[in-house]
Amino acid sequence: MSTAIAVSGLIKEFGPTRALDRLDLTVGTGEVHGFLGPNGAGKTTTIRILLGLLRRDGGAVSVLGGDPWSDTVALHRRLAYVPGEVNLWPNLTGGEVIDLLGALRGGLDPARRATLLERFQLDPTKRCRAYSKGNRQKVALVAAFASDVELYLLDEPSSGLDPLMEAVFQDVVQEMREAGRTVLLSSHILAEVEALCDRVTIIRAGRTAESGTFDELRHLSRTTVVVETGKPISALDELAGVHDLSADHTRARFSVDPGELNQVLRNLVEFDVRTLTSSPPTLEELFLRHYGNDDGASADAGAGTVGSGGAG
Amino acid sequence: MSALTGTVTLTRLALRRDRVGLSVWILGLSALMAGLTAMTVSALPTEADVLHETEFMAGNPAMRMFGLASGASVGGYAMIRNYLTLAVLAALMSVFAMVRHTRQSEATGRAELVGAAVVGRYSTLAAAVVVTIGANVVLAALLGLAMLVNGQPVAGALTAGAAVGAVGLVFSGVAAVTAQLSSSSRGANGLAAAVLGVAFLLSGVGNMLGSVDAVGLRVVSAWPAWLSPIGWGQQMRPFGGDRWWLLGVFAVFFFVLLGTAGLLATRRDIGRGILAERRGPATAAPGLLGPLGLARRLQRGPFLGWAVGMLAFGIACGAISDATKDMQGAALDWYTRMGGTDRVVDAYFTSIMSMAGMGVAVFTVQMLLRMRAEESEGPLEPVLAAAVSRPRWAMSHLLNTWLGAVALLLVFAVGMGLAAGQVLGDTPAQLRALTGAALVQLPGFMVIGGVVIAATGLLPRWAGPVSWTVLLGSVLLGPLFGPSLDLPQWAQNLSPFTRIPKAPAADVTATPLTALVAVSVVLAVVGTVSLRCRDLALPA
Repeated sequence: MSTAIAVSGLIKEFGPTRALDRLDLTVGTGEVHGFLGPNGAGKTTTIRILLGLLRRDGGAVSVLGGDPWSDTVALHRRLAYVPGEVNLWPNLTGGEVIDLLGALRGGLDPARRATLLERFQLDPTKRCRAYSKGNRQKVALVAAFASDVELYLLDEPSSGLDPLMEAVFQDVVQEMREAGRTVLLSSHILAEVEALCDRVTIIRAGRTAESGTFDELRHLSRTTVVVETGKPISALDELAGVHDLSADHTRARFSVDPGELNQVLRNLVEFDVRTLTSSPPTLEELFLRHYGNDDGASADAGAGTVGSGGAG
Repeated sequence: MSALTGTVTLTRLALRRDRVGLSVWILGLSALMAGLTAMTVSALPTEADVLHETEFMAGNPAMRMFGLASGASVGGYAMIRNYLTLAVLAALMSVFAMVRHTRQSEATGRAELVGAAVVGRYSTLAAAVVVTIGANVVLAALLGLAMLVNGQPVAGALTAGAAVGAVGLVFSGVAAVTAQLSSSSRGANGLAAAVLGVAFLLSGVGNMLGSVDAVGLRVVSAWPAWLSPIGWGQQMRPFGGDRWWLLGVFAVFFFVLLGTAGLLATRRDIGRGILAERRGPATAAPGLLGPLGLARRLQRGPFLGWAVGMLAFGIACGAISDATKDMQGAALDWYTRMGGTDRVVDAYFTSIMSMAGMGVAVFTVQMLLRMRAEESEGPLEPVLAAAVSRPRWAMSHLLNTWLGAVALLLVFAVGMGLAAGQVLGDTPAQLRALTGAALVQLPGFMVIGGVVIAATGLLPRWAGPVSWTVLLGSVLLGPLFGPSLDLPQWAQNLSPFTRIPKAPAADVTATPLTALVAVSVVLAVVGTVSLRCRDLALPA
């Protein structure tokens, strides 16, 4: 698989603060890649460096085989971008902005433009000052998806969309994947990432915390087990790899490190297992683990950012 | 329930919200009045000084644009110099306050919350009216006091305060109407500001076209000044007649505006404006599709406003050009110095074209700072994320600004040339002389434009203050003020406007023009290169 985006050891400093601290990100051609992280983790900064709007202070960045800082214009003909906060010219209509942005990129497909307007139910004759946040987002989405390009960079593109439009958005991204396009999707909405993305990269405080397919990431995480036994359960917490145990006579609930699952099951059998359910970790849990592994307070803070929108 | 139920409560709410903001405005304007009056008092120590300066302001048609002479007195002279500034600021204070308590409350949804309570239909408007009346009455009193403490006569001081406060009051009425018309507070403020611009244009042109009395110390305005609230304030003639009856004109107009606003308020839904948000084209015209087309579109509105103003002032300046032949004393001296010739009509043409050049430099700064606004407010991000390089984007704005500035100078020169041809004869010759003189002004605004580009590239966060400061400095050191302030030549030479050849009075030499163009190109290149090399300062 060739790579569309290759970032390694990326460093970006704003004065004394280090926004990106040796960040790594690899996006294969033709994949839909989720880019997750709480507010302020550096998602928008990373995407702006990929676009050559900001200059990197260290590390290597390659987009579609080129350097985004020096090959800006040539690269931008081959990609489309939807900003997280869409600010437009108040006295231009949505239709004018779509045509303008398409033309600046090198042209757009009028048929696709018409279809997308209809699917997103966007009125192109309204002035941008009269649009809500969600409608401004739709303008940027239509302008991007009506362009025939290889790579789409989407920075929290659906944060202002209602559930109906969110579904339309997901359909469109699926179609892009089927057409072999590459998509980098930064998001807070985990359900959206789970539904759309082949692989995810999770970043935290400017650094890559985790990257891989969902299966790979789940492999790294604990399985939750709920068990009912014939005999009273004892001494489970002494086993290696068992966490968060809550046991009540013949019922127990706990999580297990993936490497220890076999050993734990072997032990459980001795208590005469009646029922057992095990569930793989959801992305929510993965997310909370990554941002909440210091103490309970930061876990809450991590949960608070989920789905709350805003720039990363 | 009466239509005014809850007005008292809402007024107290408005006063509570505005206690800092309006206080700062009122005290700031009063301090400004006190300071400017004190400066005038110390600048005119003798009777002869007062006579000389007043004669200059009255006899100089171009200066009449900014102030109306009503006889020789220190207070009267202070009003000639400062009335326009104070009146415009009082009008802006009142417009912002009125819009804040009416349209802005609706736009933010606060009005809905309040409207659901026990509140009459007109209460929001009434509360805003009470607050702005109060603010302008207090302002008028404090402005009068500011002149009193500078030792000015009581009647004149109070008339001066009232003349400014009355303009403020009328413009709160204007804003009450525009807040009903437009559905956004930005739109309501913009419409009211446009009315203010027209009011200034009418009073300025009316005064320029007016005539001086036999003594040469009092100007009788032409009819356009009487169509403008700013003009009414001048006609109150503080320190030179104190015509209080004009307050009646203000009052009648104010209540007509309020009645209109009240009528409009009942004919629309909450959150909406009378002027429906107009639909626009669903697709872009081919002319818009590119960085240059976008820049042209963004500059179109302000450019048209400027073009109307430049044309009007050009015609007015041309129409009074035969009056310059009769100019005497201080005004004549000033033109001879600024124009560099004792052929007075040529000297007049030269100084007027130089002023037009400086006016167009203001346009240049205003247009080019739009680049910085596009960056800091965010619309630049999707443009540069498309296949547009930063230099190409910057050059689109620069090129379009230059074309606009040249067009404005030509509009001004043609308007002035046609009008001057009517009164002086030989229209083709006047047009030739004036359009030639207009084109000579180009390097001046090009240098100032270069400064804006350089500041945008090198010091993005300071681009606004740096650009306006350089412009202001160049105007103050330039031919309009430099010679009369007796500034040293090296200081005057810092201004690009000083270097512009005095056309049509003197011969045009290529060297200074080439040098200025070279400086502007260097500045523009430096700005563009640093823009290319830096991070964009986009919103978070």
